[in-house]
Amino acid sequence: MTGAPAQRVVVAGASLGGLRAAEGLRAAGFTGEVVVVGDEPHMPYNRPPLSKEALAGDLAFSALEFRRRKSVDDVTWRLGSAVAEASLGTREVVLADGSVLPFDGLVVATGLRVRRLTLPAPEGGRHAVRTLEDAVALRADLRPGARVVVIGAGFIGCEVAATAVGLGCEVDVVAPEDVPMQRPLGPEVGAAMQRRHEAHGVRMHLGRLPAVVEARSTGADADPGRVGAVVLDDGTRLPADVVVEALGCVPNTEWLAATGLDIADGVRTDGWMRALDPEGRPRTDVVAVGDVARFPNALFDDVPRRVEHWSIPTDTAKRAAPALVAGLAGADPDPAPFAPMPSFWSDQYGARIQSFGSLGVADTVRVLEGDLDGEFVAGYERGGELVGVVGVGLMPSLMKLRAEMITALQPR
Amino acid sequence: MKIVVDMDLCADHGQCVYAAPDVFQLDDNGKLVYKAEADESQRDLVEEAADVCPMQAISIED
Repeated sequence: MTGAPAQRVVVAGASLGGLRAAEGLRAAGFTGEVVVVGDEPHMPYNRPPLSKEALAGDLAFSALEFRRRKSVDDVTWRLGSAVAEASLGTREVVLADGSVLPFDGLVVATGLRVRRLTLPAPEGGRHAVRTLEDAVALRADLRPGARVVVIGAGFIGCEVAATAVGLGCEVDVVAPEDVPMQRPLGPEVGAAMQRRHEAHGVRMHLGRLPAVVEARSTGADADPGRVGAVVLDDGTRLPADVVVEALGCVPNTEWLAATGLDIADGVRTDGWMRALDPEGRPRTDVVAVGDVARFPNALFDDVPRRVEHWSIPTDTAKRAAPALVAGLAGADPDPAPFAPMPSFWSDQYGARIQSFGSLGVADTVRVLEGDLDGEFVAGYERGGELVGVVGVGLMPSLMKLRAEMITALQPR
Repeated sequence: MKIVVDMDLCADHGQCVYAAPDVFQLDDNGKLVYKAEADESQRDLVEEAADVCPMQAISIED
């Protein structure tokens, strides 16, 4: 079963999800035209090192481009051109440069963009970390002795803080939560991570928000166009040469506003990654992949969620591509339930935090092995059943628990 | 099928082990060990392993 030769699939988004979707279309036997559209000027590249190895200078920025399968050698890459809008009625995507791409099938892989501070603030010295250019620019400002204020204590904020400490910077972290990485990890494990950061000299200002970002107004290097300090909502003033905004991300779905698709928080899909129409029925010609997709995972329940893990673009694209190819051929997709095992990691101060499962659905966290201030395994349980694990070190135990969860949580 | 892992890049994430356990393993110290030659029947799994490597350290040379 293959697509008719005249068919065209447009993949909107040229990061990991877009690449894996293109490869998946070919693997599923689609022989028509595949056009991948990306707003960045680069071929798909690997983002996790941007806050870690590449930011630290241990890995060249030029080494981040993904290996691509030979099957996508004939794919057309339209890079440096964002999608502006889509019409599902006429089956067309309009690019920012005004060009129109008709399609038979559409893959939504437009990902996320960083949320920025809404406070008025000078531009100089302000950074976010999402793209290669972001990381190159931040790297140039992370000089030894630089005073760095990181706003946000999620994984990116914490990784940047750890990398900056490693580069000899003075680091303050400001965040409204009680502990770093609170939402993903929970209070106990988050508190242990806070102790690790503080042991490396990071000053954590938790339960606090930035109130004012001041310009560099005094001294020999006074410059109204550069940041000079961040004042918190309790009046604390943190001198700053660099401000890193690690405030999380928002889905890039505005271009789908006229389609009627459910884009309340990313593109809502069924278990085949097929976008749902206004009546809640899956479209056979539109799929979404990666962290822009809000999909149910049968390992846990039928609640659709966006998942911002590195493993998700690959997992979802491998599910979406054959479903789209089937849809274009008027066939039904593979009936097997979609139940990928979520996984993420974070490297901070030479220790790797590794997780499997869905921590967010848990109601109880217990330390299963070790000590939170050293190597440990924490179990995340829902109704007494293990649904996630987090560990530092102890890989053999984590691997064993991962295998046990896959067996125990298999949809029945 | 010839498999090359850039051991300077490899950070022992172990994702390849889940994808292709007959080719990739972690030893008792959690360090990657792998077979540099694998049967053609393993190709899909090794491609999968290369895809899911967080460091993109795995390449397949035909």
